[in-house]
Amino acid sequence: MSELPPIRVDALTMAFGTRVVQRDLSFDIQRGDVFIIMGGSGCGKSTLLKHMIGLLRPAAGQILYDGVDYWTASDAQQRQLRRNWGVSFQSGSLFSAMTLAENIALPLQHYTRRSPAEIDELVHYKLSLVGLGGFEDFYPAELSGGMQKRASLARAIALDPDILMLDEPSAGLDPVSSERLDELILQLRDSLGATVVVVTHELASIFAIGNNAVFLDGETKTMLDYGDPKQLARHSEHAAVRRFLGRGNLLAGH
Amino acid sequence: MNARATLNRDGETLTLALSGRWCLNDNTPDLRQAVAQEVSTAAALAVDGAAIETWDSRLVAQLLGLQRWASRQQYALHFTRLPDGVDALLTLANAVPQPDHRSEPERRWSPAELWAALRYGWRESSQFIGELGYALGRAVGGRGDMRRQDFLHFFEQCGPGAIGIITLTSVLVGMILAYLGSVQLRQFGAELYVADLVAIGMVREMGALMTAVVMAGRTGAAYAAQLGTMQTREEIDVLKTIGLSPMEFLVLPRLLALVVAMPMLVLYANLLGMVGGGMVAISMDLSANQYLTETANAVSGVDFGAGLFKSVVFALLIAVAGCRAGLNCGRTSAAVGKATTDAVVAAVVYLIVADATINILYDKLGI
Repeated sequence: MSELPPIRVDALTMAFGTRVVQRDLSFDIQRGDVFIIMGGSGCGKSTLLKHMIGLLRPAAGQILYDGVDYWTASDAQQRQLRRNWGVSFQSGSLFSAMTLAENIALPLQHYTRRSPAEIDELVHYKLSLVGLGGFEDFYPAELSGGMQKRASLARAIALDPDILMLDEPSAGLDPVSSERLDELILQLRDSLGATVVVVTHELASIFAIGNNAVFLDGETKTMLDYGDPKQLARHSEHAAVRRFLGRGNLLAGH
Repeated sequence: MNARATLNRDGETLTLALSGRWCLNDNTPDLRQAVAQEVSTAAALAVDGAAIETWDSRLVAQLLGLQRWASRQQYALHFTRLPDGVDALLTLANAVPQPDHRSEPERRWSPAELWAALRYGWRESSQFIGELGYALGRAVGGRGDMRRQDFLHFFEQCGPGAIGIITLTSVLVGMILAYLGSVQLRQFGAELYVADLVAIGMVREMGALMTAVVMAGRTGAAYAAQLGTMQTREEIDVLKTIGLSPMEFLVLPRLLALVVAMPMLVLYANLLGMVGGGMVAISMDLSANQYLTETANAVSGVDFGAGLFKSVVFALLIAVAGCRAGLNCGRTSAAVGKATTDAVVAAVVYLIVADATINILYDKLGI
């Protein structure tokens, strides 16, 4: 079997109606990567993520998962693909009317046939992984922002996804909390063997966890560069990429 | 191969050997059940994972459960030869100590608690009314935080915006009254008095009440949902921080808009109700002229005033029920739904109680 990358973005153009957000995006994400989608505010990072999870349809080009295009796949294939994606949205997007346990149990109930007691056990395990064991009966509104983000991560990994997609996982967190979250993402990647796609513009996170990245430019409306962020920071041929990654010389200590 | 858990005894130590596929969609045995029978007869339990083929969260969750159980019982448990990664996940899951949040015991209402809840409800209601009165006073004095464009916006929503539905309901209510009356009056050959029944019925009672019920469902619910959503998004907290009173900034324009719009809507409903009744009357061999003359004789300005007074009271009640439910809304999406329901139910109950009370008053005062 030839080794296809788990995600291949091929000549993707994203548009809302006639307004093009980004065009000609082409890159591969390899198994086990922590892949960073970076770029300035409003350049279409989250839009790219929404294309990658099948919420938005490409205006041109395609996204292939192990060679399968979501939009031409059969219903059963689409369901299988979605089951293998774990997604955490920018604002956490926990269901506010449900407790944490109910939030995390939802995908488990939908995709598996385990008994309520077994689901409770799984929910407890997932919450323990993100350091929230014992908070099962809390409502999202009763938790701090960082806890909500971690709970959202627990929901994203509920089904042991092959691909974990996180939109701004550490935005709005203090540096210590976001460092802890970064470590957690790496540990989960290592022990679950997942591929992680992260949308972020937090430089510390980009260098701490990313081993591959794509830089989207809002002005030219296309990707400027693609590769290991540490390499890009020093050797990118695009000044915009070097400037973005070089701010504050975060690499000085590395 | 299916997941299997085989229990072996070696002196004082039990060994649970796991084999096969331990995944979410596989048929896997329950570990605690597997050891439950024998575990009390041995000093220690070892779990051997050497023969596990594939695994996912199902395995780790069970091992974690077993670990928790063993630590509660202070029972010696150790894991050997687990697949790569499982150890790391167990370590991660145990990294943060578990806080002990015991869930609150089931609420059982004792008389004292019920009394406290009633007193709280009473205090909260009187506080709302008090703040509203204060806000009204400030607005009359021209010092309030209310913005005129807000008032106009809500007036447009609950006045002209409601014309369509009020037209439909009041014509139909007029027709219903006419049918109801004509069946009875025909027995006495007094069909002419259908006009009186429709006119007095609409002007004194049904015009105001039906309009109010429609507005409770339409506007009261909308107020509760608007304010409730603002509450969930912490917008009301922001208003308070800026120094604007939610009562003056949010409640007052909504309340005044409804209080101004309702009498106009009720007047309109009264006229259309008489038109509806007239259509039925004419279809029953009454001439238009007779109907009009009889109607004009039936109702006086006092009757119109009695209906309009009711409409103002009803408008106040609907707006108070809606805004109060919205401001007291919780912070979740389900709470907005509950606030909306509360607003409509409370408004309809208030309306009926108020209508009965006012009718008794009118009777005593001879209006």
